[in-house]
Amino acid sequence: MAVTVRIPTPLRKLTAGADEVSIEAENIGAMIDNLEAAHAGLKERLCDDKGEIRRFVNVYLNDEDVRFLKGRDTELKDGDEVSIVPAIAGGC
Amino acid sequence: MSESIVRALKCRECGHEYKIEPTHVCEFCFGPLEVVYDYDKLQGKFTRELIESRPQNMWRYKELLPIDGEPKVGANNGYTPLVKADRLAKALGVKELYIKNDSVCYPTLSFKDRVVSVALSKAVEFGFKTVACASTGNLAGSVAANAAAAGLESYVFIPEDLEQGKVLGAAIFGTNVIGIRGQYDDVNRLCSEVAGKYGWAFVNVNVRPFYAEGSKTLGYEMMEQLGWKAPKHVVVPMASGSLCTKVDKSIKEFIKLGLVEDNQTAVYGAQATGCSPISKSVKDGTDMIHPVKANTIAKSLAIGNPADGYYANQVMKESGGYAEDISDEEIITAMKLLAETEGIFAETAGGVTLGCAQKMIESGRIPRDESIVLCITGNGLKTQEAVLNEVNKPRIINASLKEFDVLAEADGVQ
Repeated sequence: MAVTVRIPTPLRKLTAGADEVSIEAENIGAMIDNLEAAHAGLKERLCDDKGEIRRFVNVYLNDEDVRFLKGRDTELKDGDEVSIVPAIAGGC
Repeated sequence: MSESIVRALKCRECGHEYKIEPTHVCEFCFGPLEVVYDYDKLQGKFTRELIESRPQNMWRYKELLPIDGEPKVGANNGYTPLVKADRLAKALGVKELYIKNDSVCYPTLSFKDRVVSVALSKAVEFGFKTVACASTGNLAGSVAANAAAAGLESYVFIPEDLEQGKVLGAAIFGTNVIGIRGQYDDVNRLCSEVAGKYGWAFVNVNVRPFYAEGSKTLGYEMMEQLGWKAPKHVVVPMASGSLCTKVDKSIKEFIKLGLVEDNQTAVYGAQATGCSPISKSVKDGTDMIHPVKANTIAKSLAIGNPADGYYANQVMKESGGYAEDISDEEIITAMKLLAETEGIFAETAGGVTLGCAQKMIESGRIPRDESIVLCITGNGLKTQEAVLNEVNKPRIINASLKEFDVLAEADGVQ
């Protein structure tokens, strides 16, 4: 199944400037692996040495933070939209 | 004193350095970027006398802010009272208590005027014409006002359910207010994507490293106003956790520059129980911050996924501080206590700070016989909904002395 992944500005150098890419994947973990296969270097930006999503990387499936779903095991279906967003601050 | 001591932007995670430009995350690891300085260049030149000779605004510490030369925006911002709070101290059973009162910060009555003036000064230096922000309210008002005064176009993005005072307090400046269906974390996510697409200076996205530095001035003022001393204990409200880290940084910088002695200041953080991911991590003794869905009347602190949470956690642990959280009812009780003892009407976040401090004093985390500073960061007139039904309504009578006599007698007035 194909999902659309929105790529944040700091990572677009790795996607030849593309702000969206289409990826086949069953779940978020596989999506990251397949992103890496298509655009080498992306995985180490998104995940730490243990393969966990980095502290300052937020991954949203449609409008939900995958940390509130099943993390890397979160299942994907055709047409889903995934956003990768660096954490940013507000408030105090 | 014309040479800037700003060295670079440095990733807090991997240490990679970047030149000074409008960017906020490390291209390599997504870690947040922080302004770093060559403090050695200031040795012996940045003195108490020099600072004291300058006008009473936040720019008296301009060498420690990441701007080139003079501020382009917000030249009068900052410098709020440090109130010795003796009546509140008595109520809490402590010896030496101060309120750093940013509920009267110029021009929009919150500490955000500090960060915004740095962010917008930097935005002008970079050549931006439009400025924007994701906001829980105070930031929106401050961006709108300071942008208006500087002749900049502005867009402010807020959750749609914000308090009326905060919406009005932004809209009056002729800004473009965009209400987002959802919580602050949703607004934040959208803004991160908008910032990537439009060529604007988003104060808490692409110019955030500069913006965040403005918070240090609250700490500098606190120490100068204490007679060039750091307090033993300082309590700050936490949303993203940024202020907690910057107050700590301000103290370390003043120590490094010989402006104050190291007083082993412990930094404490305050959150509302309905949104307490940082406090929870400190109380659980972990450095893992688990994002939450925010649900509290302290909307200015309602950030469920705090970007600086990890660093705030480290500051509290390393300085010997702690964190607490309190319920919405306790927030209101604390707002009233502050108002009735010190005549200060703080916003809900101020209630959070005081209520959490009280809890930590009672639990023995904060000793009763050492100096304590509470940082009040916003004004209660902007969050009136929280206390609208908690205060006495006016008693209505005719303009008749007889009627007042009846009332006064009922009150037991002699």
